[in-house]
Amino acid sequence: MTDVASTTPDQAPAAPGFSLRGALAAAEIDTRLFGMLVALIALLLGFHVASGGTFLAPTNMTTLAIQAVGVAILATGMVLVIVARNIDLSVGSLVGIIAMTYALLMTDWLSFVGIGADFPFRWLIALGIGVGLGVLIGAVQGFIIAYIGVPSFIVTLGGLLAFRGIVWVQSQGAAVSGLDPTFLLMSGNAQGSVGATATWGLAIIGCVVIVGLLAYNRRQRRRFGFPVRPLWAEVLLGAVGCLVLLGLAAFANDNFWPPGAATRYAQEHGIVEPPGGLRIPVGFPWPVVILIAVTLLMTFVANRRRFGRYVYAYGGNPDAAELAGINTRWTLVKIYMLMGVLCAISAAIAAARLDGATLDVGQSYELYVIAAAVVGGTSFAGGIGTIPGAVLGAFVMAALAYGLAYNGVNSSIQNIVAGIVLVIAVGFDTYNRRRGGGS
Amino acid sequence: MTVAERTPLVEMQDINVAFGGVHAVREVSIDLYAGEVVGLVGGNGAGKSTLMRVLSGAHPADSGEIKVNGERVSISNPRDAKAYNIETIYQTLALADNVDAPANVFLGREMTTRWGTLDDGAMEDATRKVMGRLNPNFKNFVSPVKSLSGGQRQAVAIARAVYFNARILIMDEPTAALGPAETAQVRNLIRQLKDEGIGIFLISHDIHDVFDLSDRISVMYHGQIVDTVEKASVTPDDVLGMIILGKKPDEVTEKDKAAIELSG
Repeated sequence: MTDVASTTPDQAPAAPGFSLRGALAAAEIDTRLFGMLVALIALLLGFHVASGGTFLAPTNMTTLAIQAVGVAILATGMVLVIVARNIDLSVGSLVGIIAMTYALLMTDWLSFVGIGADFPFRWLIALGIGVGLGVLIGAVQGFIIAYIGVPSFIVTLGGLLAFRGIVWVQSQGAAVSGLDPTFLLMSGNAQGSVGATATWGLAIIGCVVIVGLLAYNRRQRRRFGFPVRPLWAEVLLGAVGCLVLLGLAAFANDNFWPPGAATRYAQEHGIVEPPGGLRIPVGFPWPVVILIAVTLLMTFVANRRRFGRYVYAYGGNPDAAELAGINTRWTLVKIYMLMGVLCAISAAIAAARLDGATLDVGQSYELYVIAAAVVGGTSFAGGIGTIPGAVLGAFVMAALAYGLAYNGVNSSIQNIVAGIVLVIAVGFDTYNRRRGGGS
Repeated sequence: MTVAERTPLVEMQDINVAFGGVHAVREVSIDLYAGEVVGLVGGNGAGKSTLMRVLSGAHPADSGEIKVNGERVSISNPRDAKAYNIETIYQTLALADNVDAPANVFLGREMTTRWGTLDDGAMEDATRKVMGRLNPNFKNFVSPVKSLSGGQRQAVAIARAVYFNARILIMDEPTAALGPAETAQVRNLIRQLKDEGIGIFLISHDIHDVFDLSDRISVMYHGQIVDTVEKASVTPDDVLGMIILGKKPDEVTEKDKAAIELSG
C-alpha cells in the first residue's frame, strides 16, 4: 500500500495539522452533502431546544420521516429530470391519478373482474397496474417532450391540469376508501412497520453492505494502482456508517405501539397484558424502508449505469452528448418513465396513509419536490445534482414544516419560512459554487 | 501518382446541405486516402465545418453520396459515423463539462463490468494510458473537465478520437485555442497519426498549419470547392488568393490582385 502512495503523484498530500476540509477531502466525502447533514441535525437540535426537550422523541422522528417520504421518493427522480435540463410539474397530479386508481381498483374495479377481497396478492396486482400506468403516462409525456420537441414545462403543466381533472372524472368527485390490508402496511403506522427483529436485521445487513462496498471500491482502485483513501478514513467511514445505522435501529425500536393498538393486539392474540401495558417496538416504518431502497437503487442507476452517465452528460452539454452518439431523446423518455414509476410508489404510500384516496392526493407535491431537489444541490443550469442530496433536501424541508408546527407556529408562517429557506439555500449554494469553482 | 490507383478511404460526392434558403454546401466532392492529411480551408461561412459535420453524422446531407473504402454508406447520426471508424474532434471540443476526463473519453462507449455496471476503474486506467502517450503532463482524472486548462481539454477531446482506433479523423481547428507548446504537440500528434495510416481532414484558419501538415489542400468558397491542389504545386499566396477570391490561381486577374492589396 505504501508503494501505491509513493508512486502516485496525484495523491493528496498529508495536511499539516488537522483541517476539517482536508480530512473530508482525504476521506472523499462530499462536503456539500456533509454540510447539509450538519444543517439538518442543527435544525432538529434547534427545534429540540425550542420545544423544551421533547422534540427529538422516536415517535416524532418517525412521523417526520413518514411525512418526508412521499416527497423524497419523487425528489430522487426530479434530480435526474432537472439534471437533464428539464422539469416535471405533473408529478403531484400523476400521484393523484395513481392513488385514485389504487383506491378504485381495490374497492371496485378488481372485484368487478373477479379478483375479490380474498384473492391472493391483490395489493401486488393493484401496485403493478399503478406502476404500469405511471410508466405509460411518463412515456407519453417524455415522447412529446423528446421527439416532438414541446418544452417540458408546457407538457407537464398540461399534465398537472389534465391529470387532476382525470382524478375527478375517475371518482365522480367522491373520496374513495377501504384498501387491501396488506397494501395498508405501506402507511407506516404501528402495524405498517417492520418490527424490532427485522429492524435489527436490516441495520445489520446495511452494515455488511457498507463494509463490503468500501472494501470492494478499495480493491477496484488498487487493481489499477490508483490512489486510495487513507486506511484511517476507510475505517472511520465504515465505523461511523455502521454506528449510525445501528443507532437509528435502536432509536426506531425505542418507539412503541400506541396503547390502544397494543391492547387490541393483545386481545386478538390472547396475550395477557402486563401491568403498564404491552410494549411492542415499532421499528422502521415501511415507507422509510421503501425510501431507503429507492434511494439506493436510484443512486446506483445514476452513478453506476450508462443511463445515469448519459443523463449527467446530457445535462452538462446536450450537444456533446448527441455528438458522442448517445441516443439523447430516448434517454429523456426513460427519465420520464422512471419518474412515473416513482409517482406510483409515492402514490401507494399516500393512498395507504389515507386508507383510500381523496381528490387532492399529491396536490402541490411538484413544488415541494422541486424545492427538495434544489435545496439538495440540484442546479437548474443542468448537469449538477445528487440523489442523496435531494433526499436530504426533502428531509430538511419536512423537518422545517414539522418542527415549526410542533412548536406551535401556524402554517402561514411555516410557508414564509420554507420559502425564505429555499431561496437562502440556493443562494448560498450558488455563491459557494462561484467561489469554489465546482465541487 | 500512385495515390490515384488506390481506393480512397473516404469519398464524398455531390454533397448538398441547405439551411432554409441558404445553400451552405453545394455539389461538393472531396476524397481522402489512408495516411494522408487533407487541409480544408476557406473563409468564415465557406462551408468547411458543415461539410465535415455531414461526414461525422452531426448533420445529414440533403443529397449526395458517401463512400468508405469504396462502399456506399449511409451516415445519418454520429453513431453511424463512429461505426465506420470516423472520429471527430470538434472546434468546440464537445465535452460534457460536468463529468471527468475518463467519462468524456468513453462517453457513449462506456466500458462495463460483467454485471452491466460502469467499469470506472478500467476506463480511468485506459484514459491514463492513452494520455501518457498524448500529453504526459495530464494528471487530473477525477475533476470535472470544466476545471481543466484549454490544452488539457483539447487532450481529452483528442484522446476520445484516437482511443477508438480512428481510421478517418476530422480535426476542426485543433490548434485554435492553444498556446505555442501545445500547438507543437498537436502538430506532432498529427504527423504521428498520419504515419500510422490514419486519414485526416484538417480544418484550419491557419495557412501555415495547413501548409506544414497537409498533403493536399481543398479550398472552399461560398459552399463550393474552388479546387483541390497538391501542396507542392502551390504557394501560400496562391491558396490565400483562392480563399479570398474563390478563383483558381490561373483565373485571377490583375484587378483581383489589386483588390487584395487594397483590402489586405
